[in-house]
Order: sequence, then C-alpha cells, then structure tokens
Amino acid sequence: MRRWLRDPLIWTGIALVALVVFMPALKPVFALLFPDQDRPLFEQDSFINLTLSHIGLVAASSAISVLVGVSLALFVTRPSGREFRPLVETVVATGQTFPPVAVLAIAVPLIGFGAMPALIALALYGLLPVTEATVAAIEQVPAGAREAARGIGMTPAGRLRQIELPLAAPVILAGIRTSVIINIGTAAIASTVGAKTLGLPIIIGLSGFNTAYVVQGALVVGLLAVVTDLAFDRLGSMLDRWKRDDVVASA
Amino acid sequence: MITFEHVGKTYGDWTAIDDLSLHVAEGEFCVLIGPSGSGKTTTLKMINRLIEHDRGRILFEGAEIRSFAPEQLRRRMGYAIQSIGLFPHWTVEENIGAVPRLLGWPKSRIRDRVTELLGLLALEPERFRDRYPRHLSGGQQQRVGVARALAADPSVLLMDEPFGALDPVTRDTLQAEMLRIHKASGTTIVLVTHDIDEAIRLGSRIVILDGGRIVQSGTPRAILTKPANDFVADFVGREDIGIKLLSIERVSDRMRPGETAEGEPIAADASLRHALSLFVARGIDRLPVIGPSGTLAGAIRLADLTGGPT
Amino acid sequence: MLKNRVLLLLVAVGLAAAAGLAFVTHAPNRLLSGQAVSWAIVLGAGRWMALLPALPLVVGPFLPQSRAVHLVLAVSAAALAASLLWLAGDVAIRLADTATPSARTSFGGAFWLIEAMAALAAADALQRGISNPAARITIGAVLILPILAVIGGGAIDQLSIMKEYANRRSVFATAVATHLAIVGATLLPTLGIGLPLGVLLDRRARLRRPVFAVLNIIQTIPSIALFGLLIAPLAGLVAFAPLLGRIGISGIGATPAIIALTLYSLLPIVRSTTAGLEQVPGSVVDAATGMGMTPAQIFRRVEVPLALPVVVAGLRVTVVQAVGLTAVAALIGAGGLGAIIFQGLNGSAIDLVLLGVVPLVAIAITADIALKLAVTMLKMRSG
Repeated sequence: MRRWLRDPLIWTGIALVALVVFMPALKPVFALLFPDQDRPLFEQDSFINLTLSHIGLVAASSAISVLVGVSLALFVTRPSGREFRPLVETVVATGQTFPPVAVLAIAVPLIGFGAMPALIALALYGLLPVTEATVAAIEQVPAGAREAARGIGMTPAGRLRQIELPLAAPVILAGIRTSVIINIGTAAIASTVGAKTLGLPIIIGLSGFNTAYVVQGALVVGLLAVVTDLAFDRLGSMLDRWKRDDVVASA
Repeated sequence: MITFEHVGKTYGDWTAIDDLSLHVAEGEFCVLIGPSGSGKTTTLKMINRLIEHDRGRILFEGAEIRSFAPEQLRRRMGYAIQSIGLFPHWTVEENIGAVPRLLGWPKSRIRDRVTELLGLLALEPERFRDRYPRHLSGGQQQRVGVARALAADPSVLLMDEPFGALDPVTRDTLQAEMLRIHKASGTTIVLVTHDIDEAIRLGSRIVILDGGRIVQSGTPRAILTKPANDFVADFVGREDIGIKLLSIERVSDRMRPGETAEGEPIAADASLRHALSLFVARGIDRLPVIGPSGTLAGAIRLADLTGGPT
Repeated sequence: MLKNRVLLLLVAVGLAAAAGLAFVTHAPNRLLSGQAVSWAIVLGAGRWMALLPALPLVVGPFLPQSRAVHLVLAVSAAALAASLLWLAGDVAIRLADTATPSARTSFGGAFWLIEAMAALAAADALQRGISNPAARITIGAVLILPILAVIGGGAIDQLSIMKEYANRRSVFATAVATHLAIVGATLLPTLGIGLPLGVLLDRRARLRRPVFAVLNIIQTIPSIALFGLLIAPLAGLVAFAPLLGRIGISGIGATPAIIALTLYSLLPIVRSTTAGLEQVPGSVVDAATGMGMTPAQIFRRVEVPLALPVVVAGLRVTVVQAVGLTAVAALIGAGGLGAIIFQGLNGSAIDLVLLGVVPLVAIAITADIALKLAVTMLKMRSG
C-alpha cells in the first residue's frame, strides 16, 4: 500500500486542481443536475483565473498580516514594548469580535471598491489572530529555558532566534492558519465589494437564481480552504518534531 | 575569584541586598543558604549580571564585572538552575554544546567534549546524545543541565538550587557526583540552597544570609560548633547538631589503624554518621574498616565518635 | 517626565487624525462624495469648549500613575467621545438649515479615528486603574451612557446615518429582530446537540479524533460556500417532500442559514464542553466518589459547576461568530443586518452600509462583553 495514496492532502489537492482545470468539461454534468438552467456553467471568467486571483489576494494579505502581526507581537513581548501589550491585547480582542463582513464593508467607504479595500481589510483582520497567537506563543516558552538561555550568555537576538522563535513556531503557525482560513472565506465575500475571487460565481448565482453557479463557486472555494488547512496541518507536524514520541532519533 | 565589596540591591523601597561583602577564593565550594527572601538567589544572579547590583562593586578574576559585556561574562561562568531549563527543541548533545557553540569551538571539539561530559555525569554517550529532553527523567535532565554548565570549562560554576526539584535518592546521587566533579576539576562553585544538610555535605564554606545580609560565613564545622547567634543556631538545628557534625567527618579521620574487629566492615571514606548508624542498628561498639583498595585497614570504636578530630 | 507612552501614542494618533483627515464631510446629495467641513466651522462660536475633556488626556502621559489619575483619564476619554459625537451632530444641524433637504453630513475619518483612540484610552486607563475585572466592565458600561444620551437626545439626528435610519425605521427594526432571531434559533440546536456531544467525547476519548476532524473541516469551509452548498440539496428536498415547503423550509432564507450556522457553532461548543469537563481535577471527582455520590450526582454537583466557566467561554466564541456569520446569510435571503449592508454596498450608499455595520458591531461587542462578564463571575464563584 503506497502511503501517499492514503494521504488526504494529496488527493484533495489533486481534486482541487482537477476541478479548477476541468470545470468546463463538467458542463454536461451540471446541465443534467440543473435542467432548468439555460447556462449551467459559470463562463464569465475562467475558474483558473478566479482561483489564481483568489489565492493571490489571500497570499498578499496574509503576507502583510504575518509580517506586521509577528513584529507587533515580538515588540510587545520585549522589555521595551511591554507597556504597549495591554493596548495591543485590547485591540486584538475587540477587533476579533468585529465580524469580517463588517471590516470589509467599512473598508469600502474609506478606500473605494475593488481589490484594494479587500486586500487592506483582509490584511487588517488577518493581523489579529497572528498577533494574538504570537504573543501567546512567546509567552508559553518555558521560563526555565528563557532563564538558562540568558544565564549561559546568549544575546537577546540569539535567544529570540534560537530559543523563543523555534519554541513558539507551532503556536504562531496555528495563528497564521486561522488567519489564512478566515481570509479565504472573507476573500470570497469580497467579491461583493468588487474583488475578483471565487465568490463571484456564488454572488452572481445567488442574485440571478442560478444554483449551478453557486455550487461551482462553493465547491472550488470550499476545497481550496480544506486543502490549505490540511497543508498547514502537515507544516505544523513538521515544526514540532521534538514533541513527538516516535522521534527518539537513534535511541 | 569573586569578590563582593559593599554590594547593595534595592527594588522600589525593599532592600534585597544590604552592604554585602564576600570573597570566594579559587577552588572553593561556596554554599549560599538562608530562608526565602534572604537574598541568596539575588546574590548568585548578581555574579553573572542576570540581576544588576546598584551599589558597591563585584569583581571577577580581579576585574569589575561591569567591565565585561554581560554575554561574554556569562559564557565564562557555568549556570545551572532548579528548573533545569534545557532547551526542549534541542537534543542532549545540542544542549550541552550550547556554550561551546556560542564560543565558536570547532564541531569535532564540541562533540568530544559532549562525549566526555556525558561520561563524567554517568550518562552513556551513545544512548543519550541524540535524545530530546522530554525523553529523560528528572535526574537525567539535571545531569544534562550540569553538563551544559560545565561544557566550556568555566572558571566558576553558579548553581541555583540545582537539586531542589529532585527526589531524595536522585538528589543524594547527584550531590555525591558534584563532590567528585569538584574534587577532580577544582572548579570554583557557588551554590544556592535552602537545605542545610545539602550545604553541610557540599560546602567547603557556608555563607548564611538573612534579610539581605551575611549572618555568618565559615566552614561547616565552624557554623555547627560556633553559631554566631540564635538565628544561625535555629537555622542549622539545635537538636541534631551532633549528627550533622558526624556527617562532615570521615571514618578515616578517627580510625585505629591495625586494630581488628568482627563483622561486616565500613568503608574508610564513609561518614561518621554512617558509622553511628551501623553501631546503633547492629547493637555493637566496634566496626572493621576497609580502605579504598578493599583491604582491611583497621577498626573504629563507638567511643571514638565523641572525641575531637585527631 | 513621560510616564505613560501608551496614552502618548493614542493622543498623537488622535491629533494627527484631527490635522490630516476630515472630521465630518458635507455633500449636496448622497451620490456625490462629500467635502471636508473645517474645524473652524465645527468649533466656531465657543463650541471649542466641548473639547475641554481632551485636556487631561493631552497632559495625561506626563502625570504620575495613580488610581485617581487613571479614573480621571477614563472619564475624560468617555466625555470626549460623547462631546465629539455631539459636535458632529451639531454641525450637521447647522449645515442642514442652509442646505437643500437632500444634502448629507457624514462622519469623516478623523471622527472615527479619534473616537477609537478615546475608547482605547478609556480602556487602557481602566485596565491600569482598576484590577477587578467585573468592576472594570461595570464602570466601562457606565462610561458609555453619555454617548447613548447624545444619540437618544436627538443631537445627531441630522447626520446622514441617522437620516438613513429615519427613512428605514421599520426595515431597520425588522432587520435587527431577524438578526437576533436567527442567532437565537441557531443556539437551540447548537446547545441541544453540542452539549451532549461534548459530554460524550469527554467520556469516550476514542471518538474525539474523528468527531473533531469533521467539525474542524466544517469550520474551515467559507461561510458563503456552505450557505451556497445547502441551497441545492434543500431545494431538492422540498421538491421531493412538498410538505416541508409548506412549514416554511426552503433552499434559501432562514433554513439553510440556521443549518449552516449550527454546523459552524458546533465546534466551539463541543470543544469547550469537552475541555471544560476534562479540566475538572480527577482528585475532586475521586473525593466525590469517596463521599458516596452517585455518578449522576457527581456530574450535576461537581463536574457541571466546575466546567461551566469554560463552556460559557466557548458559548461566547459561538455567539460572536454567529452574529457575524448571520450577516453573510443575508446573501441567501435570510435577512438581518447583512441585508442592509449588502444593499448599501450595491448602491454605493456608504451611510446605509454604516447603518448595518454599526449595530452589527455593537451587538457582537455587547454579546462578547456580557459573556466575558458571565465567565468572570462564574470563575469568581467557583474560586
């Protein structure tokens, strides 16, 4: 039994790519499933384009979220920034009670319609889980390891790079995962403010009572989210190898 | 090796250390002891600048410690703590090699040093080298912690209640090993504890602190026989002071060479306390003594325990 | 000397916003974009006195850090927030006198930013000055009253968002009611399924992995996709069994919304129930068993009270999430505040968007604070 055959990441990944690339070939199937529809396939734009644009929007906004969020969290966990930690925590906690739709909707009056408000709204909203997770991650680094690192003469930068960040990495990654998954969903809704994403067939389908469009868009974006989640899962288990029981190395 | 000159440390309006002067000579095993809040840990941490003192001077090998960069200073001093603080994402080898790596030793030299230290601390190198800390018992972890502190041949070893969290049997074994390592390496050791038995057993000198001041400083015998005041007398324990005195002397100190006795022998380097225990348990008044080579060296009598040192 | 860098930052951002952005904007009608109204007009004829509460905040960073100072700062920040709102409403009234009825006065970027800074300054001052979380929340609630008084007293009725409200009073009321009804209707099945499932997973550790894997995948699927995917099967079901259609079930509207929201809500509820029961110390259960309690008594008198704070914390996550997702459900015709937001987005009517967003955020934050308070009180009760 080949192991990769049973790996859900591999076959959901293949399913995603196949669905996106061969969507036009499925037209007869949708015609059969939705006999009342004159246009059983969303053809205003190709699903390849929509998917790439969706991924691009999420990747760009998440990159900003991670960069700013991790830096912010590192700043407030250093002695020089400790004073700002309650403020950042208040903003992060309150910010996360804001529904993503609300953040998206607020961005429009400030910036206008299109991909830009979506990018900024996604980046801002995605910042919150990343910051929260990074602060928590740095906080849970064992106090003993921290003291020992100082006591054996590591520099502040060395301690951050060699001790704090590696030990915090799995929790930080979990925050990034939450952030990216939320952003994939919010990016779909962002098609209501004019961003070109996989939400487009869903929105057009909903307003035009074309359930086939809705299903096509929903299947692709749902699969994209699941594949991304599985990929993060895989990445996470690579990061905390030292926590597992089966890697006693040569012992 | 280390000199405190009128050192003080204040937090807000609380004086943690008040005008402390102390000299730790090279090769000494100096134990700082006192109740919690007495300033013993603060004193230790001021040596490697984990805590900065605000009055007086602290000298290390004749130079003011402020003249070193803190990281450079710390790399020349070993540091072992009660919570051990092994880096959980590093193997035993990486943990022990931490300071040598900071000092830029070549890889092969680090590897040899790790092998040597694992052997010194009774951990089979090939079995433990690649393990992660979570796969070690508490005692094994602290052995690695001590090995890490010793890795770069520090001129001073600072230990903050290193055996406080261990079970009594493991603690006993590790104390014996610390004595052996100290004897073999001659490294200056400053150790903090709140356990008077540990202090008496390990220390060549005991410094008793209370309220941020030194109450008494001297050899274990001096502390036990001439307590400076009631606080010290209470602290070392009035009731079993005799037992403690017996525990700092060896059978070889009182042995009658050439004399013989019946029964299971006692080792010459065992403590007199151990001998007393055997006298009482067996209901006898004399014991044969064997020397390091395993040959009969003489005997000891119950009455010998009560005399002064010979 | 500088004592409080956090307040200094907030004041600096507020001042920068005041200098660089519009406080309110004015447009001849709702389709044209507004022109900034200058501070000279806003603060003319002695109205600058309304800014007096800002004074303690400006000197605050340099004051000694005492409880009294923090309280004064919190009250000043709240007063400033209320008086800025009043100033915006006031200038709208004055501009309305001279303009045509279709003219609009709206909040500008500076208004939102300064209000946000004031809120953060108040929160920070309360955090520094008061250690008891319940007292902090209570005082915070009291500090919001002046703002509610300004709104309730009609002082901002000439602002465009309130005009939108006046035009759609009944639509708005229905939207809020629908929104709350959907969230409430979601909680019933969520608790009905989630709590027993959580208890079951605590008792049967073997089931945890597969159940949480399924719930996690559901949580991963974007809301709009899950809503969409439910339409076709439900429509098919109704076509197959028309009776269902007659009792109100259909492929669009509230039914798929409640089903999807329940599916999303299960993960936080089940997870917190299991976690809550798991963290009950084994020694406590042992002691209760030793006293002769039956398993049912142990569950009711020992495990439930000790697990409750964690379960309620999970409920908080669930409710806040459901309030937000219900807004998305407007896209499948479920109504609620999302309908107002999307209508505003479609028509580029920004004040209409805000009429949906502001109460949406207010409901989410209120639910969040109320349930946080409940958790705090439950924790205090159980020590």
